[in-house]
Order: sequence, then structure tokens, then C-alpha cells
Amino acid sequence: MTATFIHPLTSFVEKTFVITEFELRKLRHDFTELVTRALQPALWLLIFGQVFARNGAMHTGNIPYLDFIAPGILAQSVLFVAIFYGINVIWERDLGIVQKFLASPTPRAALVLGKGFSAGIRTLSQGVIVYGLSLLLGVKLNWSPLALLNVLVIIILAATLFSTFSLVIACFVKTRERFMGVGQVLTMPLFFASNAIYPTDMMPGWLKMVSHLNPLTYVVDALRTCMLADSTSTFGLSFDYLVILVTTTVLVLVGARLYPRLAT
Amino acid sequence: MAEVVLEIKNLTRRFGAFTAVDSLTLSVNAGEVFGLLGSNGAGKTTTIKMLTTLLPPTSGGARVAGFSITTQAVGVRRAIGYVPQAVSVDGSLTGYENLLIFAKLYDLPHREQQARIAEALEFMNLTADAKRLVAEYSGGMVRRLEIAQSTLHRPKVLFLDEPTVGLDPIARDAVWKHLVDMRANYGTTLFFTTHYLEEAESHCDRIAIMHLGKLDALGTCQELEASLGPGHTLNDVFVHYAGSALDTGNNFRAVSAERATAERLG
Ligand SMILES: Nc1ncnc2c1ncn2[C@@H]1O[C@H](COP(=O)(O)OP(=O)(O)OP(=O)(O)O)[C@@H](O)[C@H]1O
Ligand SMILES: [Mg+2]
Repeated sequence: MTATFIHPLTSFVEKTFVITEFELRKLRHDFTELVTRALQPALWLLIFGQVFARNGAMHTGNIPYLDFIAPGILAQSVLFVAIFYGINVIWERDLGIVQKFLASPTPRAALVLGKGFSAGIRTLSQGVIVYGLSLLLGVKLNWSPLALLNVLVIIILAATLFSTFSLVIACFVKTRERFMGVGQVLTMPLFFASNAIYPTDMMPGWLKMVSHLNPLTYVVDALRTCMLADSTSTFGLSFDYLVILVTTTVLVLVGARLYPRLAT
Repeated sequence: MAEVVLEIKNLTRRFGAFTAVDSLTLSVNAGEVFGLLGSNGAGKTTTIKMLTTLLPPTSGGARVAGFSITTQAVGVRRAIGYVPQAVSVDGSLTGYENLLIFAKLYDLPHREQQARIAEALEFMNLTADAKRLVAEYSGGMVRRLEIAQSTLHRPKVLFLDEPTVGLDPIARDAVWKHLVDMRANYGTTLFFTTHYLEEAESHCDRIAIMHLGKLDALGTCQELEASLGPGHTLNDVFVHYAGSALDTGNNFRAVSAERATAERLG
């Protein structure tokens, strides 16, 4: 037994990255997933986006509809990939992997956040796909390095947020079947009750209120601000970041409390 | 008097109105090989989960390597290794990576990590397969890797929940050979559960038999056999204390979990 004293915060950060590193190592054999994941944003942008842009049905102010929804579709695909992340945790529980990690001295919050970050990094591929499609469709993108860096950070944070949310759900439902059910029930409302594919101004009052409580709305707003060449933020980029960071922190803390449930 | 490394006092766990572990009291000495026996649903896994801090006791408690399982959980976790009933290594990582992540999580000094991992691989006879994905491993190799993984940090106590379930006799012997060597080399205390009486007979210093959550018998195999009078086998002892091998408390979850383990282990 080696007992070295390490400051709790250093240990937390270090362990978080250890978990992230090994989650990412598992990706090496996962290329089919990357391809299938590209399909959904492509359909939304190429079909849904094209049709609605043509009709002029949506009033998106000074930016064309396709430009408007490109960041929305990116946010959506981040949500869709991240929200099913909890299924891996249930899988690892059905084996004995979760139990083994919980019996180790690793801080619970590091186990949760480490997995969240890895989901964040995995999801970056969605950014590449949506940028590629946007380029193809003539969306006016902001190519400044600062803007790109922001988009990168927002994608990672958003995926961390939603994958941690997913993990929290997994801690409650514990079985794959129930998880798939709950996951499916949650994603569509999160998506539709947001500003991803239409401005919140078009919504009835109650829905608009709901959308303001939906973290996805702030993710979309932040992405729209940074991704597009000429777009202004609805809530202000700092406020978007604040909402995303606070929600993620709360979810990680809740997840750390609930994670040990999986071992029982 | 040998050092007591595991001290269990009135350890109790209820699930609703059902008592899975009922006021269990026993101690285990450092370096001992201790077997916990009992039919399906006796409460063995529940006991191990409490001792490894995965499940809080309803009442009572235990000290593992001097740390309380209820108030000093992190201390306990540093002092133990745990091989769960189900498969606990990651099939999408190599054997080496499965060890590396635990070396890092247990804060092994950076300089020592590679040497420890190499030693553990060598010890468990896995060096040649270190770079292969664990998904390609046989059941026996998986078990040996799990033992390597949970002993990298040289725990004082190693908890093993049915370490040989689903293995063929040759793989089973290999696992035991490594466990016995480990005790000899590092003085690791082994606390394990099993359904194989001959395993208990040939490897345990002492055994405990649980039945419906209660401790029914405790001692060396010879003592327990002698307690029934001359000419009795360990099997007789087991039947005497635990009914037949597969009677009460047998439930779907336990059986399906075991089947699943057996299947995955091939
Ligand atoms: N989370 C739980 N909720 C409710 N009951 C449980 C739970 N975990 C275990 N039990 C019950 O407690 C009893 C003891 O279970 P345990 O898994 O400890 O038995 P075991 O001795 O390990 O059996 P086996 O040999 O089949 O592995 C069983 O009747 C089981 O159904
Ligand atoms: Mg069991």
C-alpha cells in the first residue's frame, strides 16, 4: 500500500483527467459511430433547413434561416449524442466496472466529471461535421481564432452538461430499458423547447418561459453568437457561459452524490 | 496474537423489511485466507459490499485495516482491493491499460508505475497478452487480470466475490496458484466467497458459513468437520448449517447475475 498525501483539489483534477484519458482511449475502435452520428445533423440541415429556408416561414431577423439553424443543429447533435451517454454507465454497472471504481479511493466527482469531459471531447466531431455542412450550404461563418476557440469550449461544456445529466438519470433508473425510455422522452422536449430551430419570439408565452429554463437555449445562443459572422447574442455570451457552467457544476455535484447508488 | 485486519461487529443490512445480513460478527487476522460460504441469497455479496464501502450498513459496522467502513471510507478504500462477482475489467482497453488506469487512480508513484505493472503482468502470467484488447481474453485471463488490477497497490485485504465462478478446473487452479503466491509474497489477507467446497477445503485457513443472513458456523475446516462427530466431510458440514446447496433465498437477480458472469467468462 502506498500512502502519499495529495491535496484533495489536485487529486480531484488529476483523477478527472485520468478518467477522461481512459474513456478516450476506448474510442480507438469506434469509427462507425462517428459516421452514423454525422447523419442526423446532415438530414436536419440539408432537408429540414432547406425546406424551411425556401418557404420563408421563419422570421429570423437579419440572418438567413439556414445560418440561423446551423448552430441550433450543432447544439442539437451535441445534445443527442450526450444524452445517451448514461447507457454506457449502466452497461459498466451490469458488468462490475462501476463497482470496482467506486471501491477505489477516486473522488466520486472525478469519476463523474471525467466521464463528462470525455463525452465533451468525443462530441467535437459533431462540430467538424456541422462546420463542413455549413460551408457547403454557404452559411456565413466566423473564422476568427477566438470565435473557433469559443465554439470548441462551448461544445465540450455542453456535452459535459448533458452527459452528466444523462448519468444522473442512469443513477435513478439503473436499467437499460428504462433509460432508453426516459432518454427518448426527454430529448425531444429539450430540443423543441429551445431556440435551436426557431426564435423564441415565435413561441407562445408558456413555451417561451420553458425555453428560458432550458440550458440548451443558452448553448444555442452561445454557439450562434460565436459561430456566425454577423449575429448578436440574445442573453449575452457571459450570461450563457454562466448558465452552462453553473448547471454543469450542480449536475456534477448531484451526480457525485448519486453515483454510488449504482454499486448497490 | 496475530494482527486483526478485519473486525466485523453486528454488521446488519436490511432491504425494506428483509434482512439480508443479520448482525454478523467475526474477525480475520492479517495474512489469513478466509472463505465465506453459503447458499444463494445467504448474504455473502451484501457483506462484501458493505466491507468494501459500496453499501452502507443499516446498523453495526466493521474496521478494515484499522479504518471504519462507515466513517473512514476513503481509508478503507486505499487499504483494500476488490474483485466483484461480475467482470470488472474493461473489454475496450488492453490488459496493460486496465492496469495503468488503476496505477494512476491509486496514486502509485510515477517512477514505480511501469515496474509494478510489469511485475503484476508477469506474476499473473499475462505479459505476452498485455497489449491485446481484454475483449479477446479468455475467462481465466480476465480473472487473473482483475486480480492483478486490484492488487497493484498492494492492498492489505483483497476481497474476492466468487473469484472462480464459471472457470474450467485448469483456469481455476491457475487463479488459486496466483492467489496463494500473492499471500506468500505480500502477506495479503484474502477474504473470498465461493460455492466450491473443495476450494474452501484446500485453500482456506478458516471458513464461515452464512445462512439467510446469519453466521451459522466459523472455524477451520477440520474443526467444523469434527464438530459433527467423526467421519464427516465439509459437504456434511455445509448441508448441516446451510440446508442443501440450493434451497431458500435463491432469487432471479442472483441467478441471472451469476449466469451472466459465467457466460461472459466463457
Ligand atoms: N439491492 C437489493 N435490494 C433488495 N434485495 C437485495 C438487494 N441486494 C441483495 N438483496 C437480497 O439480499 C439477499 C442476499 O443477497 P446476496 O447477493 O448478498 O446473496 P449471496 O450470498 O451473495 O448469493 P449468491 O451466492 O447467489 O451470490 C438476497 O435474498 C437478495 O435478493
Ligand atoms: Mg453473491
